[in-house]
Amino acid sequence: MTTQALVESTSLLDAFDTLDAASPIHTLRAQAFETFQANGFPTLRDEQWRYTNVKPIAKGRFSLANPDAGQVDAERLREHLLHETPCHQLVFINGKFDESSSDLGELNSGVRLETLASVIANDFASIIEILDSTTDIHREAFTALNSSFMADGVFLHVPRGVELDKPVHVVFITVPGGEPIMTHPRVLVVAEESSKATIVETYATVGEGVYFTNTVTEIIAANNATIDHYKIERESDEAFHISSLNVTQGRDTNVTSHNFTLGGKLVRNHLNCFLKDEGCNSTFNGLVMAHDKQHVDNYLRIDHLMPNCNSWEYYKTILDDHAKSIFTGRIYVAQDAQKTDAKQTSANLLLSDTAHVTTKPQLEIFADDVKCTHGATIGQLEEEQMFYLQARGIDAASARSLLIYAFANETISEVKVKEIRDTLEAVLLDRLPQGHQLQGGL
Amino acid sequence: MALLEIRNLHASIEGTEILKGINLVVNPGEVHSIMGPNGSGKSTLARVLAGEECYDVTEGEILFKGKDLLEFEPDERACMGLFMAFQYPVEVPGVSTKYFLKAAVNAKRKYHGQEELDAVEFLKLVKEKLELVHMDQSLLNRAVNEGFSGGEKKRAEIFQMAMLEPVLSVLDETDSGLDIDALKIVSEGVNKLRNEERGFVVITHYQRLLNYIVPDFVHVLMDGRIVKSGNKELAIELEANGYSLLNGTAKAPITV
Repeated sequence: MTTQALVESTSLLDAFDTLDAASPIHTLRAQAFETFQANGFPTLRDEQWRYTNVKPIAKGRFSLANPDAGQVDAERLREHLLHETPCHQLVFINGKFDESSSDLGELNSGVRLETLASVIANDFASIIEILDSTTDIHREAFTALNSSFMADGVFLHVPRGVELDKPVHVVFITVPGGEPIMTHPRVLVVAEESSKATIVETYATVGEGVYFTNTVTEIIAANNATIDHYKIERESDEAFHISSLNVTQGRDTNVTSHNFTLGGKLVRNHLNCFLKDEGCNSTFNGLVMAHDKQHVDNYLRIDHLMPNCNSWEYYKTILDDHAKSIFTGRIYVAQDAQKTDAKQTSANLLLSDTAHVTTKPQLEIFADDVKCTHGATIGQLEEEQMFYLQARGIDAASARSLLIYAFANETISEVKVKEIRDTLEAVLLDRLPQGHQLQGGL
Repeated sequence: MALLEIRNLHASIEGTEILKGINLVVNPGEVHSIMGPNGSGKSTLARVLAGEECYDVTEGEILFKGKDLLEFEPDERACMGLFMAFQYPVEVPGVSTKYFLKAAVNAKRKYHGQEELDAVEFLKLVKEKLELVHMDQSLLNRAVNEGFSGGEKKRAEIFQMAMLEPVLSVLDETDSGLDIDALKIVSEGVNKLRNEERGFVVITHYQRLLNYIVPDFVHVLMDGRIVKSGNKELAIELEANGYSLLNGTAKAPITV
């Protein structure tokens, strides 16, 4: 253990000591915490963390959030929930399942949709082999940290041939108090052969204060399964948000994930996708809208291990004020992965002179018959487009909003759950001058 | 009152003077054609009129319906009734033609203190104006100019012009790159909009367009000045003899 890791994890040691040593998950937690302590927090010297300094988290002295958050502002909670869309909605407050605001609804036959806490308590054996099967806690400190503290979250198991007819909406709400608090939510999705599911994760806060969300999602897609995944991050400007999405895909699977980063002071989204068999399609799209001094780092890694797989990544960033964004897209193509088609695009719109973008494709290709392309653009609003709109009578502020909206809307319009799409659109419009005029779409 | 009065207009870009003293008066109902070789300043004149920021007007003035045009932003000029059809219409991905036009039409209405058009009124207007340029309603759902052919882009410009009903239209090489069929459609669209209140400034490189949009006056622009003005016969003469005869013979600009 390095000295730095020792010193800085003292508060984490204290927090770890509060956990129930008699829990069935305790051995797993203890191993993970040992691994975390051995490696410590990543530093700028780690290649994967070159652009994001997590010292504020390491030094943050976060304690585990009190699950009994007391009275939660119902109005503010409401705006993060789905109301019109028939769905299975699971709400977690300060890391703990909140039954009163949740609605599990009717489930298709054989589908398991349960809270992680109940699975740990009642049937831990059924997930012990699966949990952390897609992750590498030795390489990823924050995943190890999540595994050290995981207590609640969602376990979704869709049996063979079953298509979930309603989306699953998982909402993680933090209610910060006086002292900095942390939560370590965990989502585990197992889609058996030829099954289909839509999962939406929302992260948000109700209240003011410093907090840290460290979330891990695992998706295991067996042959011919289809997964449509969304992550909506609307944390506060005092939040630290670290997420890790881990996907393994079997033969002929289709996995799509859209990542929307709208809030947070320091945000890091990590994606690991392993294409383990032939015929996989993967789409990973993202939209970052950052302002003030927000720092957002998206790190994507896709491993093409077998032939005839396609992956598409399209990340868009809109930065204003002093915001900073990093995009790293690593594509690894193994020697066996012939006929790989991998496309990666990073498009960045800078609205101020002080915003900062780093975009970095990393292609590692060991096969000789592949198509791998990457493109990055960094720019300001096109002057010619501005002039064209103005020349038709649209004032400068509206024209500017219109162009920003059009840029972002390309990603938002891909969201298949209408209510989520509307919410994202509303958040976007709310940030644009004269944005309300754009209501109703382009 | 003249619709447009340009007096001794000098304009430069990044310190290079492009327009070197233009004088031009356009009265209601008149069609003026401005011809000239490449690089003579034709497009600069159009873009200065529309209000593009990158040009500095260093001398002279432009009066539009008696008002100092240079005082107004491009969007205000559009709302006041000035329209420029772009030589290269700009693609705006992600914004439908329908939204764009609605915003444009309503901006102008708002400027004049009128109610915004509702969906039904808007569609009615669209249908009527689309016929002018033989375009289909499916245009509305396409992103502005995105993936349009050259001919479609120019027709869409004329369609926009019809929608916005300007009093002064500046057509910047609307004919370039058009085949004869598209040229006829575009010209027909323009001709239908001609009336005694509206003025047109038709900028072109080729006399061909003027067979279809017959101008009242033709001006030759060379090296930033109008070196010759006349009636439509001048265009025919130019077509026969080229601009070379006029080269270097620039005298004080003549205005009609």
